[in-house]
Amino acid sequence: MDIHEHQAKEILAGFGVPVPRGGVAYSPEQAGYRARELGGAAWVVKAQIHSGGRGEAGGVKFCQTEEEVRDCAAELFGKQLVTKQTGAAGKGVYRLWVEEASDIQRELYLGFVLDRKTERIMIVASAHGGMEIEDLAEKDPDSLRRMVVDPAVGLAEFQARELAFSLGLTGGQIAQMVNVLRACYRAYRDLDAMMVEINPLVIRGGGDLVALDAKMSFDTNALYRRPQVSALRDPSQEDPREAMAADHGLAYVGLEGDIGCIINGAGLAMATMDMIKLAGGEPANFLDIGGGASPDRVCKAFRTVLSDPNVSVILVNIFAGINRCDWIAEGVVQAYRDLGLHLPVVVRLAGTNVAEGQQILQASGLPIVTPDTLAEAADAAVSLRPQPAAA
Amino acid sequence: MAILIDESTKVVVQGMSGRIGQFHAEEMIENGTRVVAGVTPGKGGTTVLGRPVFNTVREAVAATGAEASLMFVPPPFAADAMMEAADAGIRTAVCVADGIPAQDMMRVKRFLKRYPRERKMRLIGPNCAGVISPGKGFMGIMPPHIYTPGRVGIVGRSGTLGYEAASQMQALGIGVSTSVGIGGDPINGSSFRDILALFEADPETDAVMMIGEIGGPQEAEAAAFVSEHMTKPVIAYVAGLSAPKGRQMGHAGAIISAFGESAQEKVEMLSAVGITVAPNPSAMGATVADVLGLQKAA
Repeated sequence: MDIHEHQAKEILAGFGVPVPRGGVAYSPEQAGYRARELGGAAWVVKAQIHSGGRGEAGGVKFCQTEEEVRDCAAELFGKQLVTKQTGAAGKGVYRLWVEEASDIQRELYLGFVLDRKTERIMIVASAHGGMEIEDLAEKDPDSLRRMVVDPAVGLAEFQARELAFSLGLTGGQIAQMVNVLRACYRAYRDLDAMMVEINPLVIRGGGDLVALDAKMSFDTNALYRRPQVSALRDPSQEDPREAMAADHGLAYVGLEGDIGCIINGAGLAMATMDMIKLAGGEPANFLDIGGGASPDRVCKAFRTVLSDPNVSVILVNIFAGINRCDWIAEGVVQAYRDLGLHLPVVVRLAGTNVAEGQQILQASGLPIVTPDTLAEAADAAVSLRPQPAAA
Repeated sequence: MAILIDESTKVVVQGMSGRIGQFHAEEMIENGTRVVAGVTPGKGGTTVLGRPVFNTVREAVAATGAEASLMFVPPPFAADAMMEAADAGIRTAVCVADGIPAQDMMRVKRFLKRYPRERKMRLIGPNCAGVISPGKGFMGIMPPHIYTPGRVGIVGRSGTLGYEAASQMQALGIGVSTSVGIGGDPINGSSFRDILALFEADPETDAVMMIGEIGGPQEAEAAAFVSEHMTKPVIAYVAGLSAPKGRQMGHAGAIISAFGESAQEKVEMLSAVGITVAPNPSAMGATVADVLGLQKAA
């Protein structure tokens, strides 16, 4: 789960990371008021959306008068900001962060991730901040410093010191950097984060370190024990179809094609999508219906898939272990009836209670295609599309 | 003896008193698995399916000599259950639960390292279908009838895609020595490499079908292991050719976030070390048949 920059800054500040002074605004007037409250001669107005690359997309404005702050805010509010990470639809700007402008002397990169190779929290740092980590890894890989933390001990002070010296910091900056590193580690560990990124971490004219930008994302599996993190969820930044699916207990990812998919198991779902692609089609979505799916959950899966207007045919592929093919079949029949379905539907069933499932589909008299294998199912779905999808 | 479980393996079920634990324990017993006890804190002294239930894994091991554990424990308590099993002397544990916090798994993996090799617990999962040696026994939630006893090992992240492979093989008359689901989480107990090493050493396994997916470094590690240490043929499939970068595809671990984590890159790495990669998920069985030199069914 992602959160906004201003929320990440507030959390990290609570753990002891210095951040520039600033405030949230929900209207242009409030943005102007924030600038006056902060004082000084220059401010930065930053669109709060769940995406990186905001600067290049025009979501970060430098302003020198209160009036300018209000004008920039008026322009940003309600805008769909398209960055290289958001996709063509962009993300809506409904809140801004107004911050005192910083006199930047140096930019560093600092990130905390869960490294799957060592199965530990890894710190990644670079003396050259400001650009995306992917670009940094490509253009300046030698500048990257990596350090792994032993979970039984935590981040040792000597590790933090080594890292600080390796970034070319000196004097009082060493102690400041050690403090920042240990604070970020504690925030990561105590709040079940999956990622903490400060990019850039800057050295200002006075020689002090501050987190100019901050990004955090969290482990959804741990939200049950982090209510203070759950409370930061912002539905305006989520794909409404994915949010609806999640509320129904379904794993759904919207894609660009026209063949709607309802499958059990993440691996089988990916494999079925691959099969559709090889058969010449394009999947409209990933959808894992999970284990022990009731007819009602099947019906909700249909509703979710059909909320995508591009869908022209639906492929159901179930290999039942703890699922039951008869329940799936009942769900398909119920979806036809309740949703007044008129699209072609392909249902491939295998595993537990497959004979009963087939029986239910046949007895329903509905025009459902029932192939036996994965390959036949993909071919059938592709051939049943009303017209070839536009390229 | 196949790997991880056979007809002589004594199994405890952690969480056997619950509805789901009881349902699957019954299936396991019906299929010949030697389930010797259940463990549910607070239910010690009761009996489920004719087996004694203990309060702690340590008591269950002391009373029955159990060496393996299957846990049906909800995600918030799963890490603790794993550490309890390891400390009680269990040698092989299977965890089915999906939704365990990643940092809990990080701590479990660190905890398991404290034991010397000769009593260290091998963990399978979490977020997996389990382990089955067809005709001998199983620990997990898979439908046992789709597996024919035989001499090909299966190891995969996904449960249902593993079923798909087993049933394609069954349709071609190819049997399975043991099938292992290593699970879809970013941090798991055993990797492809760990299970491939067991299959390589197993006299009852002739070849291995390995089913990978997008995300993580474990297919790359497996490729290196196969090229350096394996003499038995390995057949592979990698799911997620159509998965977009940066999006999590159901499994917590199925997300392309670094170089070498896409399906295309993994297929290239596996092919480069001589592994035969099935061209599509519908051809997993047929590719195994080809490699074994069997006649393809018409």
